[in-house]
Amino acid sequence: MARVVVDVMLKPEILDPQGQAVQRALPRLGFEGISDVRQGKRFELEVEGAVDDAALARIHELAETFLANTVIEDFVIKVEDAEGVENPVTPEAPAKSGS
Amino acid sequence: MSLDTVKHAEQTPDVELPWKELGLKEDEYARVREILGRRPTGAELAMYSVMWSEHCSYKSSKVHLRQFGEKAPQSDAMLVGIGENAGVVDVGEGYAVTFKVESHNHPSYVEPYQGAATGVGGIVRDIIAMGARPVAVVDPLRMGAADHPDTKRVLPGVVAGIGGYGNCLGLPNIGGELVFDACYQGNPLVNAGAIGVMRHEDIHLAKASGTGNKVILYGARTGGDGIGGASILASETFDDAKPSKRPAVQVGDPFQEKLLIECTLEAFAERLVVGIQDLGAAGLSCATSELASNGSGGMRVELDDVPLRDSTLSPEEILMSESQERMCAVVEPDKVDRFLAICEKWDVIATVVGEVTDGTRLEIFWHGEKIVDLDPRTVAHDGPVYERPYARPDWLDALQADDAAKLARPASGDELREQVLKVVASPNQASKAWVTDQYDRFVQGNTVLAQPEDSGMIRINEETGLGVALATDGNGRYAKLDPYTGAQLALAESYRNVAATGARPLAVSDCLNFGSPEDPAVMWQFAEAVRGLADGCLQLGTPVTGGNVSLYNQTGEAAIHPTPVVAVLGVIDDVARRTPIAFKESGQLLYLLGDTRQEFGGSAWSDVVHGHLGGLPPQVDLERERLLAEILISASRDGMIDAAHDLSDGGLVQAITESCLRGRNGARLIVPDGLDAFTFLFSESAGRAVVAVPRSEELRFTDMCGARGLPATRIGVVDGDAVEVQGEFTLPLAELRSAHEETVPSLFG
Repeated sequence: MARVVVDVMLKPEILDPQGQAVQRALPRLGFEGISDVRQGKRFELEVEGAVDDAALARIHELAETFLANTVIEDFVIKVEDAEGVENPVTPEAPAKSGS
Repeated sequence: MSLDTVKHAEQTPDVELPWKELGLKEDEYARVREILGRRPTGAELAMYSVMWSEHCSYKSSKVHLRQFGEKAPQSDAMLVGIGENAGVVDVGEGYAVTFKVESHNHPSYVEPYQGAATGVGGIVRDIIAMGARPVAVVDPLRMGAADHPDTKRVLPGVVAGIGGYGNCLGLPNIGGELVFDACYQGNPLVNAGAIGVMRHEDIHLAKASGTGNKVILYGARTGGDGIGGASILASETFDDAKPSKRPAVQVGDPFQEKLLIECTLEAFAERLVVGIQDLGAAGLSCATSELASNGSGGMRVELDDVPLRDSTLSPEEILMSESQERMCAVVEPDKVDRFLAICEKWDVIATVVGEVTDGTRLEIFWHGEKIVDLDPRTVAHDGPVYERPYARPDWLDALQADDAAKLARPASGDELREQVLKVVASPNQASKAWVTDQYDRFVQGNTVLAQPEDSGMIRINEETGLGVALATDGNGRYAKLDPYTGAQLALAESYRNVAATGARPLAVSDCLNFGSPEDPAVMWQFAEAVRGLADGCLQLGTPVTGGNVSLYNQTGEAAIHPTPVVAVLGVIDDVARRTPIAFKESGQLLYLLGDTRQEFGGSAWSDVVHGHLGGLPPQVDLERERLLAEILISASRDGMIDAAHDLSDGGLVQAITESCLRGRNGARLIVPDGLDAFTFLFSESAGRAVVAVPRSEELRFTDMCGARGLPATRIGVVDGDAVEVQGEFTLPLAELRSAHEETVPSLFG
């Protein structure tokens, strides 16, 4: 079993009302010094078998079609190694955008 | 590139600018140069390009839309007409109502949830810009074929977006429509309407006058959302070869909008506002140029003072950004502090970004340098106007000759029964509860009627029961067969729907959805529809108060059906007198009002049973519509009827199905003399309604119809737990219900 992590974030130019709500709350709670907050989603996928190129391609496809709304979101795929360090996977040749 | 200032533009007349990429045509760019007497700066070019886009300038539609003013009927109810953010109508007791329908079609195709959500947000800001408190929204929708995979992507997102935004604002969604047709594949129509209520004395107009008055931008920070959305997205057909033209989607924040509503209305209540404008398409470019040109003309804006979400934005981008939930107010200097304090109280960011000057120029500065210097009227009002060529399409004769009369009709009672089930279960005729159940229809506690009633109705005065009703209708199939008649049928149906609930129709708003104006056939459809609507409104005495045009709803050569969506607003003195559609009382008599003819062109039956679209749409008789409306209103007021349902697509059987299922009562029907059962059930002749009359009122009701010359035919009685057509078939309600109610959930649930 190996773990693959998919981080999904709103694209930088897209408004993030949740992140803004968190940011506005911080000073009220006494946490100063944070100028911006953006909130995303993290998916941890337990992969059966080896995490080879074919598996990563499949994960890329599922991330693109299901986990992320690529009209407004970007995603990054990371593979966790034995020490638990997450190594970003270089994205495939840019797949077709949108849906 | 260094900053492109006005001075720099003067010194470098030969610099090439990306006017083409921004959507300007060659002669339009030449005109910009002529107006300015030099080349525009990048920022000026940005402003002209978005404001002269089809979406903002109405350059193709303007010459036709003038008819709404020229043919406007005299109406005492009209307080504010076309040209403002939304029209305002007097509804009595010192109350005024503002309402409008707009499109958010293209954004909803790209990103259904956010596109539809921000559509609601935009129309609500139009309402608050008039100084009114929004009280309800409606959403007429058109989608591709119900079984097409892309419809499964678009519709659930759109419905969730409308529901999410509206529910967060606490606004009931009281009506609308959902129509499926393959012609909307790739070009779904997401129209959004809103109603607002205010006192007469609180009407506010968008203008900036008074030298020294401050221009305050308030609401959300400005980011890179939807840059160029207006000019690029809504004014060109989609072309997959150019993905870069797809701008960033706007994401809405309904909680910010709710704050904006409260903050704006509080500022209005304290009389702090001279002029106001919401920021929608074309953002600050639109707000500053419109405010300035509606006032004395002079305004100076410091773009550095605009609060940004992304500090890397260029001045051009700031001017074009379509970030949501922003408004612009003009405030007298001594009231600025109070205005800012109210914004602070509501946690709304507000910044003075400029002031009204005694000149006639709109001047915009960035880092101390002047980057815009122009006459705001040339941006906001004196854009290009096109007399686009139009021609009756050559395919229309063949289409109209393809008469629905030749289609095979059911040969037996059993076959008729089978077709009835098929029609009421078809996606277009089936119950839309799956959609409307996702909307909060009753929040605020003033919703008297909501979908599936003929029109939505909202109480606006708790003491007297004064209320308003709103219906939206449009039938693209009719309009395809004959756009003039089709537009009048949309008006007639909406008018009839309002009257069927007991409200008196007062005024009209429209959302005109068409294909590319560069196609003479489409332009002809548009011209005919506008002419039909303007003539119809004149005859019915209901002025058009405003609306919206959405063109370029087209993929390649294939345009959508011409789809004029017409909203009619009505008033009712006491909502307790409303007429619902449900047949609630067993034993009540059913009367069919109006004349039933052999009219099947564009009908639901021809579509569902034969997949046919051809012939002519039903004929329109607006005098008859007016008479029918008067009868329905009188009967409602005097308690002569307990239920009424207008007859439109699907004919009598559709109305009977809905009224029986809603009232949990069956009906026994007798085919009247002179009609066959098929025509009786499926004809779509206009100017008709079915009503349920208590036996004690029968004589009074029929006397009234007789005296006024409205045909009223007794067709049966409310009874039992089946719909029975004597001598033809019996359909148990349970069977009818599962046919009618299971279709949409099984497709999208």
